[in-house]
Amino acid sequence: MVEFGTHQHMWGPRRVTKLLGGIPVLRFPGSFDRSYPARSFPRGDAGHPAASALPEPSCRPVSSDVPISEALLMKVSRTAQIGLVSCHPEVYEPCDDSFALVDALLADREHLIEHRPRLCMELGCGSGYVISSLAIMLGELGCGVNYFATDINPDAAQVTRETLEAHGLHAEVISTDIASGLQKRLAGMIDVVVVNPPYVPTPEEEVGCKGITASWAGGENGRTVIDRIFPVADELLSEKGWLYMVTLTANNPTQVCRMMKEKGYASRIIVQRSTEEESLHVIKFWRDGVIANSAEGSDSWLSQFPFKSFWRSSGTSA
Amino acid sequence: MRLLTHNMLSCNIKGVANGFPLRLEAEKWVEKEVELNADFLRHIFPKIEWKALAGAARAVGYCELPEEADAAMLDSEDFLRRFHHALLEIHVEEGALVCPETGRGFPITKGIPNMLLHEDEV
Ligand SMILES: C[S@@+](CC[C@H](N)C(=O)[O-])C[C@H]1O[C@@H](n2cnc3c(N)ncnc32)[C@H](O)[C@@H]1O
Repeated sequence: MVEFGTHQHMWGPRRVTKLLGGIPVLRFPGSFDRSYPARSFPRGDAGHPAASALPEPSCRPVSSDVPISEALLMKVSRTAQIGLVSCHPEVYEPCDDSFALVDALLADREHLIEHRPRLCMELGCGSGYVISSLAIMLGELGCGVNYFATDINPDAAQVTRETLEAHGLHAEVISTDIASGLQKRLAGMIDVVVVNPPYVPTPEEEVGCKGITASWAGGENGRTVIDRIFPVADELLSEKGWLYMVTLTANNPTQVCRMMKEKGYASRIIVQRSTEEESLHVIKFWRDGVIANSAEGSDSWLSQFPFKSFWRSSGTSA
Repeated sequence: MRLLTHNMLSCNIKGVANGFPLRLEAEKWVEKEVELNADFLRHIFPKIEWKALAGAARAVGYCELPEEADAAMLDSEDFLRRFHHALLEIHVEEGALVCPETGRGFPITKGIPNMLLHEDEV
């Protein structure tokens, strides 16, 4: 891990990105024991010059100088505790993209609370960090919300269950391809869908491979799995439903939003984050005409996109 | 796996027309108390296939659900309590879900149903 960080400049851009997607090489200092308020990563804050000096990811509870109980931590924290996230060599550990998604959900938390979702679902739950965080930040809605989480990797499903349990949370976890087996009966019932998909451009053969490869391998333009997820999300989402999705510049998010517009969805970037290698966007989608919330009613998806930065970053990373 | 999930799962094998409900073969289950939320129960009730829920509940030894149910029953606290218990408080830890059409079994391991298909089933 340290080596990748140190020698990253020697790798070709795609190779680097691929490693980034699969192995949590570049972590923001402090990511391991994050507690609310979330670190903010201003755009352009690469945040990783010290990557090689970072500690190994810890799977054990974070030890603290302050004798502060986990219970108290949970109370003040609005996200899952990294120290309580379970791990497995074949399961994606919380990484920059996971944190970006959780930060997007946090940024939208007030709206989510007002939204009063009853069923929420994460597709590709990996370690369970995101679904646990969502359940924690919606905690005040109590037992009125129920959660589903799926992953194509059975080890990830198991790790998600452990992470949820470590936080005293519950979600129904299912090993399946996207939402296969669920989507028929759950059609039109899910109020919030969250996805941090495998988005790294790779050869098509790598898509759907077993184990950790499935966490990053996104096929051509990193869009193969993403493009399969959208119709499923469209089917699952309730009339008022919201979808939060992580994308990479290489996925062509403007085109993604245009495609979703044709299907009747408005969209908005909730979080944008750039490192030297990749620029991540967390985009929220909702059915056009259904007011997502008072602040967003008049938003135009087009005005949301910092086109220039897309061009700039695709120039360096594509 | 809660019986809520059982009620939402159907066989996803290509060509299967009648993949619901999956027959629940429970080997191990646990009960965990959770706060009753009437609003959630009322919201989800119209989406629940009642016979499938009652059948799954029986498979784990809970026989307190009526054979049939209609929305008017949601006014009864007693009914809500039974509905809540069956739907959300019983967790199947080990067992299988069996497709009524093909007989294909989907294992439930450590509370997680595995709906992944073999290549020739997709
Ligand atoms: C980038 S990781 C994200 C993990 C976790 N949600 C997070 O944010 O840290 C993508 C996850 O999606 C899963 N995945 C990939 N393809 C999938 C599919 N077709 N259906 C369900 N899950 C899939 C992978 O196994 C992996 O756990």
